Amino acid sequence: MRIGVIGAGVVGALIARELCRYGIEVHLFEREEDVSFGVSKANSGVIHGCFHEKPGTTRARFCVEGNAEYTALARELDFPFKRIGAHVIAFNSDDVAALERLKAQGEEIGCAGLEIIDREEILSREPRVNPDVRAALWSPTVGIVEPWDVAIAAVENACANGLVLHLGTEVTGIRVTGGRVTGIATDAGGFSLDAVVNAAGLYADRVARMAGVDRPVLHPRRGEYILLDKQAAGTANSVLFPAPTNNSKGILVLPTVDGNILLGPTADDLPALSPDAAATSSVGLAAVVSGAKRLVPGLDPRLTIKTFAGVRPEPAGGEFVVGPTVVRGFYQAAGMRSPGLTAAPAVARYLSREIAAEFGLEEKSAFDPQRKSPPRFSELDEAARAALIEEDSSYGRIVCRCNEVTEGEIVAAIRRGARTVDGVKFRTRAGFGRCQGGFCTARILTILSRELGVPPEEVTVRGKDDRIVVGRVRP
Amino acid sequence: MKEVNLTCISCPLGCQITVRMNGDRIVSVTGNSCPRGEAYARQEVTTPMRVIATSVKVEGGSLPLVSVKTDKPIPKRLIPELMGLVKTLSVSAPVRIGQVLVDDVLDTGANLVATRRVGAERTDPGTRT
Amino acid sequence: MKSYRTDVLVIGGGAAGLAAASAAAEAGRETILIEREDSPGGVLEQCIHPGFGVHRYREELTGPEFAARLVEELDASGAEVLTGRSVLAIDPKTRAVETVGPEGVRTIRPKAVVFATGARERPFGALRIPGPRPVGIFTAGLAQKLVNLHNLLPGRRALILGSGDIGLIMARRLHLEGVEVVGVLELKPFPGGLMRNVVQCLDDYEIPLHLSHTVIAVHGTKRLTGVTAARVDETGRPITGTAREFAVDTLILSVGLIPEAELIGRFVGLDPINRGPCVDSRWRTRAPWLFAAGNSVAVFDLVDTVAAAGESAGRFAARFAENDIPEVRKIPISRGENVLHLVPTEIDPGVPTLIHLRVPRPMQRAQVRIGEGIVSRRLIGVRPAEMVEVEVPVEAAEELAKLADVKVEVVEE
Repeated sequence: MRIGVIGAGVVGALIARELCRYGIEVHLFEREEDVSFGVSKANSGVIHGCFHEKPGTTRARFCVEGNAEYTALARELDFPFKRIGAHVIAFNSDDVAALERLKAQGEEIGCAGLEIIDREEILSREPRVNPDVRAALWSPTVGIVEPWDVAIAAVENACANGLVLHLGTEVTGIRVTGGRVTGIATDAGGFSLDAVVNAAGLYADRVARMAGVDRPVLHPRRGEYILLDKQAAGTANSVLFPAPTNNSKGILVLPTVDGNILLGPTADDLPALSPDAAATSSVGLAAVVSGAKRLVPGLDPRLTIKTFAGVRPEPAGGEFVVGPTVVRGFYQAAGMRSPGLTAAPAVARYLSREIAAEFGLEEKSAFDPQRKSPPRFSELDEAARAALIEEDSSYGRIVCRCNEVTEGEIVAAIRRGARTVDGVKFRTRAGFGRCQGGFCTARILTILSRELGVPPEEVTVRGKDDRIVVGRVRP
Repeated sequence: MKEVNLTCISCPLGCQITVRMNGDRIVSVTGNSCPRGEAYARQEVTTPMRVIATSVKVEGGSLPLVSVKTDKPIPKRLIPELMGLVKTLSVSAPVRIGQVLVDDVLDTGANLVATRRVGAERTDPGTRT
Repeated sequence: MKSYRTDVLVIGGGAAGLAAASAAAEAGRETILIEREDSPGGVLEQCIHPGFGVHRYREELTGPEFAARLVEELDASGAEVLTGRSVLAIDPKTRAVETVGPEGVRTIRPKAVVFATGARERPFGALRIPGPRPVGIFTAGLAQKLVNLHNLLPGRRALILGSGDIGLIMARRLHLEGVEVVGVLELKPFPGGLMRNVVQCLDDYEIPLHLSHTVIAVHGTKRLTGVTAARVDETGRPITGTAREFAVDTLILSVGLIPEAELIGRFVGLDPINRGPCVDSRWRTRAPWLFAAGNSVAVFDLVDTVAAAGESAGRFAARFAENDIPEVRKIPISRGENVLHLVPTEIDPGVPTLIHLRVPRPMQRAQVRIGEGIVSRRLIGVRPAEMVEVEVPVEAAEELAKLADVKVEVVEE
């Protein structure tokens, strides 16, 4: 049995890992140079409480299950996850009515611990919230992660359990013979496969069409974000939502697992996917600031260290497209718009069980669900730091001063698969801090060049044609 | 008659100086606030001089380049020629600070000298910036 | 875990730190200087252009030469230097300084500390410029490091945003190395760097300077392919209809430096305009044992001034380590008209004070007035790029102490 998963974002990575439980040959194909370089690298990183979801939808079902799974998943895969809770902020009687509706809706779908709290209580918990607040909905189950941590950890664990990873490999066709999948074509050659899972994110509609399947119908939706320096810590202690509008959860203010403050996203529907879809706009960035300031008027946009945009696949009808298709052996986990990150573990579990049932697969005891994160210097105590340096002195060299990332961690990230500056950045946080790589980029470039055995001119930021430097001053 | 407009750099005032010239002959200098301004302007319109700093390739050094400079100002018009020459040079480590790499460069009377030391040993390239 | 005791610990081996450590050691105190890189010198190592040392050494040196002089002085002073070692934390209660290097974790327990960590560059992200995020956007300091220390060329055709000195220097440096520098944009109606650099880095090579212009969008999905610029009004807002395109693969940013002082900001507080710690006439922060100097306090114009500040801070730190400097009533000074950066922000009436300030716009003739004219100085041709220095003698400080509110202002004449 040979199965291929297309797309190494959070969804595809978790599906590939689940499939590895069955001791079959699993291949994961990713067009980008690294795991999580698509939709997963730019979203809010919120593990939602699900009270925004309508009862009876696949979104609600997978969201509630997925949220519950994150505690165990984070422990197994050893990625940072903090259940910090969320507050939905109401400013007027309409908003307060919306909170009541959200609470009733959330309780119906099985979302635990929802509570409406009064002005005094919210201001004591979140002293920087707009004093015009009337009430807030508290959801204790909401959490935060860095989405790429989830995808990277899942792929590492899957690889340890036999996954074959094909990075920088774009699927160009799906072979269907007699109504069933027999393989795929890629820009790196063809593969015979018994089943294929489409987790291609923004490209899931194209991949579906390759198999002759007409769902999902997707359009891109752009969300713009602003990241504030760690000096803004305390701006929000939980995830702050405004009372919701029709098509989005609104502009959020939230802490990241690293202690920065994230503002956003906007929600702009784009007509079609273009190479520059993930561009910020002056209108969008202004909307992020004004939306965030409505929740926390005193936040200081001068503490901005980065702005970025993410593009999410928005399915027609708004529902996830999860499950088998008319083509035998062709499965989909597509249209994974928000709360896709939250739902992903549940979707992965569900889909892998469907496939197992169809193909008569059984879980193998050899599967090891545990993955150990490489040491993160800044989070260790003094004794652990000393021991690490004793073993390898490169853990005593700070490369990224803003996030206290050592050379040892960067080398470890490269040995675990980072091939690019962003690959190092997402795995280690080097270059993610307040100087945004101003101090450490030259050094990371040198380390990548040395470890990969390529000249510095060949080192890229995200892979393919985006080399940092163009040549030598003195050849 | 030709007019050359200059910004004086002798002090922070930044006077806008106008030099009127008849061929190579200076007819008048106006706009300056002090005699230093006039001297600067006269030099600039006749033979402007600059100290040039750049880098020379190092063979077998702890750094790939050594920073260098002309130890005296050289005529501005020779800058492209100097850069052309510098690109062809290389020096073996170790390099001393002040070491003369080219004596009387381009017959200017100035020497091209190293402005830092570069050790011979090749340190781990990942450990320095 | 190993720990050291010392009289004075200097954090940072750039111009301020080197000068501070020499001064503290020369004053007879046991002194350690800690530097994160493998050799001292700081940013001077990559500043290979001339223009340093005219005040301190009465000759014009390049950055590496200036650093080499300071290192020689340090070697002669007897201070100990720990390189390749970073400071992770400073405990304000015990003064324990936690450090890390390839030899392990070490705690240093000094009597006094001089904080001299310099500044960082304001990154592209802070500008909130719209567009995708292509490769090819560099801060000027990073580009300078790549070119001058790593032998690497950042691009082929470059536009420079910001006419601060590093931006101007890099325009010339890249031009000389064959990069086509299509222009320099400056948001303000006047250049941000020294006039000498405008003339010798731009005019000499016919590189256009576009004043009152900024970048309003960047283009390119992998590598930068172009930049849209526009003219701005007096408030810095882009004017519609003035957009123009520059086809470049490289954008170099020289859009400001920020003191790298967050490590101590938590317990001594940062001045909102300088963005570094508040210091007094002796470069002492609000923690009596903690001194700060150089660009970690406020961004200075000349390395000579930074070295002088370090020297002064090192001397006072040594005196504190020897025998606590008595706590005296300090006179807070505040910004009046036309004052941006201001160092110090408190006058210690026991010593003469050298006040450094920056004005927000060029002025032909002006007067600095401190405390309603108790101290005043006439200025000719003052520009934001150059700091103004005014000395407040001890007698004047005593007069100032009688005022309820001491303001520093620059009045245009």
